[in-house]
Amino acid sequence: MIRKLLWGAGAIATSMVAATAAWAAETAEAVTDAAVTAVTAVPAEVAAPVAEAAAAVPNPGNNAWMMTSTILVLLMILPGLALFYGGLTRSKNMLSTMTQIGATAALAMLVWVMWGYGLAFGPEGNQFISWGKFFLAGVTPDSTAATFTDEVISEYIFICFQMTFAAITAALVLGSVVERMKFSAVMVFVAIWLTIVYFPIAHMVWEARGVFFVMGALDFAGGTVVHINAGVSALVAALILGKRRGYPTEPMPPHSLTLTMVGTGLLWVGWFGFNAGSALEANGSAALAMINTFVATASAGLFWMLTERVMGHKGSALGFCSGIVAGLVAVTPAAGNSGPFGAIVLGAVASVVCYFAVAKLKPALGYDDSLDAFGIHGIGGIIGAIGTGIVFSPALGGPGGDDFVIGAQLVTQVKTVLATIVISSVGTAIAIYIAKAVTGLRVSEQTEIEGLDIGEHGERAYN
Amino acid sequence: MKFIIAIIKPFKLDEVREALSAIGVAGMTVSEVKGFGRQKGQTEIYRGAEYSTNMLPKVKLEIAASDALAAQVVETIQQTASTDSIGDGKIFVLDLASTTRIRTGETGDNAL
Repeated sequence: MIRKLLWGAGAIATSMVAATAAWAAETAEAVTDAAVTAVTAVPAEVAAPVAEAAAAVPNPGNNAWMMTSTILVLLMILPGLALFYGGLTRSKNMLSTMTQIGATAALAMLVWVMWGYGLAFGPEGNQFISWGKFFLAGVTPDSTAATFTDEVISEYIFICFQMTFAAITAALVLGSVVERMKFSAVMVFVAIWLTIVYFPIAHMVWEARGVFFVMGALDFAGGTVVHINAGVSALVAALILGKRRGYPTEPMPPHSLTLTMVGTGLLWVGWFGFNAGSALEANGSAALAMINTFVATASAGLFWMLTERVMGHKGSALGFCSGIVAGLVAVTPAAGNSGPFGAIVLGAVASVVCYFAVAKLKPALGYDDSLDAFGIHGIGGIIGAIGTGIVFSPALGGPGGDDFVIGAQLVTQVKTVLATIVISSVGTAIAIYIAKAVTGLRVSEQTEIEGLDIGEHGERAYN
Repeated sequence: MKFIIAIIKPFKLDEVREALSAIGVAGMTVSEVKGFGRQKGQTEIYRGAEYSTNMLPKVKLEIAASDALAAQVVETIQQTASTDSIGDGKIFVLDLASTTRIRTGETGDNAL
């Protein structure tokens, strides 16, 4: 009864929020009108520089590439990650896993336009958080966002691009908790987690005032914000949620490695939007990110299989897929911050380390990170973030300036990694316990045995 | 009449079917089955976690043959399905009490 009341209250709050959004948009129009009137009213000599300042028009080429990149990242989520994760679960949880990912992405998009963009990239703020532009107040088709040069791109595109990052990061976290977490708990957790963990970290790393940005931390496409953040949060969530029934004594092999392979391919394709899009322009930096996303990933895919051989097993399809993802994760912070051969080494190292994290560390410590969200995204992200401090060096073919010093950069990278781990852990614990209080967190024993497809959604993946 | 049940490796099916047709076997029933014998199963490894599979996929053939042909059928299956490695399968021969063709009502050897 109490839960039903809470849901009712939630629904009312949501509709009020939607109404506020409409109001905010109207206000924004009014503000723009006022601004136009003001500009026309001032004398000509004052108007001239104002007009010049307002003349930063987005280059259609850059806009087109950023729109493409944004949609490529969406490709990573709904078919990509959903199939990758779905194939790794048991067949009775296939739909549940895919639905959790799809619904998480959808929720993240709405949260992003309501308050996420304001908290991460708002006009007011300090080094930890920003505010303003809630409900996209004041954003128009003419407004622009800065890139890394004096070019600009349309602000709506920047908002959409960053929106897909928030969506995929939240979905990545779920890799450690599938097959046992209630759908309602996932929704509550994601809304809170994005607000108290993702948006602040995105602000600190990517926004010009952010504490890590000011420190000079290198994170091209989200090694810290996306992968370490998601991986560590996944581990904390899995620890609080507990193991699946029967883990590790009952066999829980992936139900369809074919679909996992399809998902892996889609992730790789989409990742070009992720990495090459993070240059925010269709320029040479994007091209560097593109080639690195090819070669680091190729290297990592093969090195995982090679490690399997060295460890006395057969080179496996799942090993290949795991290596591909580990390579993609590791090259994310380094994409535009490394030369191609630095990226190859980074991919290989991340792949080998992730193999041991998944095959040795996880069984040794006994936590149930179901789909290795921590083992691959967390560990791979940490290797990538720290490695970026090395491969950025021009001596190793990276794009760093001549005065670049590896040691100092490494200190900055490590500090950022450690701070991210702390924020992710604490924030995730808070979000999970709130979700537990509101929804009960875990499905019933019966539902877990029958599978979440039937228990939580009333459908079967395969008939 | 004899009823012959043979469990063989799936990839040997086409070869066995051709060899049996050549000696005059008019029909058979084939099913995909799972089971274990001396081979016991095999170990699969997913991202370093070992799972032992104790039921392996096989193909089951069911053939009704006249007494005159039965021995030859068994010999043919044994020779064509053999790979000399573990898990090649087994052949069981049972006495068959009667056979009836549903369409015509014929019985015995005429119905085979």
